[in-house]
Formats: sequence, C-alpha cells, structure tokens
Amino acid sequence: MPQYAVIIHSPAPADPMDLTPDYLALLEGYGAKVAELGGTIVTGFALEPSTTATSIRGDVVTDGPFTEAKEVVAGFFVLEAPDLDVALAIAKLNPATIDGGVEVRPLFTPPAG
Amino acid sequence: MNETERAVADAHRHEWAFVLAATARVTGDFDLAEECVQDAYIAALDAWARDGVPRKPGAWLTQTARRKALDLLRRDKVFRAKMPLLVEPDPGGADVNLTDPDDIPDEIPDDRLRLVFTCCHPALAREAQVALTLRLVCGVTTPDIARAFLVSEPTMAARITRAKKKITAARIPYRVPVAADLPERLDAVLSVIHLLYTTGHTAPSGAGLVRTDLVDRAVALTRMLLALMPDEPEVRGLLALLLLTDARRASRTDARGRLVVLEDQDRSLWDRRAIAEGRDLAVAAFRTGRAGRYALQAAIASLHAVADSPATTDWRQIVALYGLLLKIWPSPVVALNRAVAVAMVDGPAAALEEVDLLATDERLAGYHYLPAVRADLLRRLKRHEEAAGAYRAAIALADNEAERKFLESRLAEVVDSP
Repeated sequence: MPQYAVIIHSPAPADPMDLTPDYLALLEGYGAKVAELGGTIVTGFALEPSTTATSIRGDVVTDGPFTEAKEVVAGFFVLEAPDLDVALAIAKLNPATIDGGVEVRPLFTPPAG
Repeated sequence: MNETERAVADAHRHEWAFVLAATARVTGDFDLAEECVQDAYIAALDAWARDGVPRKPGAWLTQTARRKALDLLRRDKVFRAKMPLLVEPDPGGADVNLTDPDDIPDEIPDDRLRLVFTCCHPALAREAQVALTLRLVCGVTTPDIARAFLVSEPTMAARITRAKKKITAARIPYRVPVAADLPERLDAVLSVIHLLYTTGHTAPSGAGLVRTDLVDRAVALTRMLLALMPDEPEVRGLLALLLLTDARRASRTDARGRLVVLEDQDRSLWDRRAIAEGRDLAVAAFRTGRAGRYALQAAIASLHAVADSPATTDWRQIVALYGLLLKIWPSPVVALNRAVAVAMVDGPAAALEEVDLLATDERLAGYHYLPAVRADLLRRLKRHEEAAGAYRAAIALADNEAERKFLESRLAEVVDSP
C-alpha cells in the first residue's frame, strides 16, 4: 500500500506546548478517524518550536527554520493509504488544517528491477 | 486521403478516449497505454487497407492496443511492477487476466469516465488538467496543445509529463468518484471543458478571435460526457451553453476580423439548428429543478438567441436569471454581466451605479471588461470625456487583438463627438 508523508505546517513558532485543549481533543480522536477512512499511521513526530531550529545553507549556519514564513513545519507523520483520494480525505481532517495546513507527499520508492 | 486513412482519422477523433481508457486499465500506466494506442492506430492503417474497416473500429483498436500492452508487459518486468497503480479492483467487476491475452473479454468496459475524472483530479493544477484532458481524452498531440495555449512545445511536454508522473507517484486513483464527491469533482471536469471552450471562443491573445479546433473539441467532449452521464443537469446545461454561444460564431467578427458586439451582430448568420438544440437542452436541464450555473447561463444565452433584435430581447427575464445566478455563484463577473442587462431595463445611469460599485472589487482589478462596460455606459450617457478615459483603460488591459481594435474604434468615436 502506498505511503505518504503528511507534513504539518503551523503558525510560527509552532510550539507543541502551546496547543489549545480544543486542538488536543481533536488530535485525540484523529486516530480513530484515520482507521475509519481506511488508513494507518505508520509513524509520526511533533517537533520542538521553530525557534530551536538551526539551518545550514552552503557553509552558512543560521539560527531558525530553513524558510522564513508565517507557518513553519511543526511535525510530520507517515500515512499508509490505498490511494491519494483516501490520503487527502484523511489529511483534510487533521486539526492542523484549521489555522495552518498540511502537505501530502508520496514517499519515494526506488523503481524495481 | 484514401478511404482507409479517412476511417482511421475518423476513429482517432471518435474512439481515442475509449481505446486509451480501456488500455490504461491493462497497462496501469498512461505512457505505456498511449504508446500502445498509437501503435494500434498505425497497425490499423495496414490491416484495414488489407481486410477492410472492421464493424466496430473502437473494439478492434482496443483489442490491438491491449494485446500490444500485454506483450510488452510480459517482456518487461519493470512495467509489471507498475501494473497495479491505476487498476482499481472492481468489486464484482471482471478484471482482465493479464497472463493470457485470449482472456480479454469481448465486452470491453467503458472507462472513459475514469479517464476524464483522473485527468481532472483536483490534486492537479488547472492548466495540467486542461493539458492532460486534451492529450489523453481527446488524443490531441502535444505540439498542437502547445500551439493552442501559446506556450512552447517543451513547456507543454514538461507540463504533461509532470502531471502524468504525479498521477503515478501520488497514486491518483483511476476511478469515477463516489456519489458524495461527485458534484464537486464533476464541477472540476465541467470547468476544464468550459475553460477549453472559452480559450477557443475568445482566444486570450493573438490575432484571431476564435480558435475553432478548441471550440469543437470542447463541444465534442461535452457531448461525450452527456452520453455517459445523462442524468446530470449541469452537463446538459454546459452543452446548451456552448451550443448557444457558439451559434453566434459567424457573426462575432466582420469580414476584416473585427469584433462585432452582440447588439450589432447580423442575427441571420446565427446557427438556428445549434440554437434549437441548445434551447431544448437548457429547458431539459431546468426541468430537473437542479439547474446550476451552466444551465442558468444557457437560459440567459437562449433568451438572447431567440430574440430578433436587442430591442425585442426579454431583458427583464435576463436580469432575473442573472439574479439567480449570482445567488449560487457570487462572482463579480456575473454581477458585471447583470449590470449590462440592467442598462437595457433601467437605463445606463442605473447600470453605471452598479458598475462603479463593482469597480472597488479587487477581484476585478485588471479585468478589461469592467472599464469596457463602464466606457460603453458613459458613451450612452454622452459623457464622452469620461468614456474616452474608460476606453483607454480597457485598451491597456485587453490582450485580444480583435477586442482591442473594437475598443479603439469606439474610443475614436467618442473622441470625435462634441
């Protein structure tokens, strides 16, 4: 079954300790919805706030996330789903879409042979 | 062109979508399917010259393309690994046994809807949807698509390749959406066809006003869709709209290619048969009680089409229909069109008030019809100086040569007026 990375983008600095009780409640029920729609979360991580990030471009090291934007990467999970329609239906229900957004991107599998 | 070549060309126009859709189900890959379908059409040139044109050219081509696909798949294990990508295991549906070409059933499932919905999947950008639909559903070559959209051939080729790659890599499913998603997904398909049509109808830039090939493709595509989805009033509505708009094609430009606006058009040049068909379709779409934006626009177009002159047009009814349209489709462009009809009922001063309100809408910034409509209303109010300013603003924004020429001639008129 295909696997997708679902990359969570939230308003900077995306501190997981600042998540509202409402958000946490939605997150609590998310797993059940994923299963109901026919997907499985293989693995997932939340990240420390973007203020803790360090970026390196060429040989320049800078304090902060790689792209300066209103929203930053807050975490990601790997989703197994039968096709993109199912993956998108699941991603749409993620609470991150309320004030940020998610990117759904297939994991690369090297061609067989 | 001899008889065989004509038969093959005919089959290309009418059967391409069917053959490709059925072959893609076997290959699970659009590139391979296209290759096999091309080969089948080439093989047809010889075989049909030798044995005569088959009774069902589409079935012949499909069998040939699917056999070629199976041969290739058997030889190449890499393709085999790709196979399940597009194939949607149909519960209860007989999927092809890929190991034996003789197992291909005689009844070939009609997969054209799958093909259309996959090409117009919302995960693809609109321009990619349009290009893929022309390439895969209509069988138009990449150089021709590039020409139609005035981009270079490598750019168009890259756009199509990228879209196909996304379908494969992201596993965009090859299927007709479930009932719950159908209205939204169908709307995307209709938007793609409508965009195809409008691109052909008012070529956004360049010299000619109409690109006939795109217009004809859009109409043919809608006819195909209606045959496949006869119960969808919006498909009927779109076909009605396209026929009614296109019925005026011959009168939209004069002998020198200059734009002629609706009120000045020679109505004897209008295609009465297309108008009759469009009108019947619009009425049928209305009768379902589920008329959407295409059916409403078709109803408006049919009121124009059946009138002998602007003076005898039922403008009151048109204003009312635009009101309904605005309710389900709150677009400033619709409001602008409504204002044009208001001018005919309540006079240019009333319409100008509405247009000036719309001028503050950011979504209309850069839209050349707004200053063009304003200019026309000011001209009718004999406020020539202001009209000239508005015409100049419209000219600066218009890309189409025929439209710009028209605006320039109107500008010259108001400048010369006392």
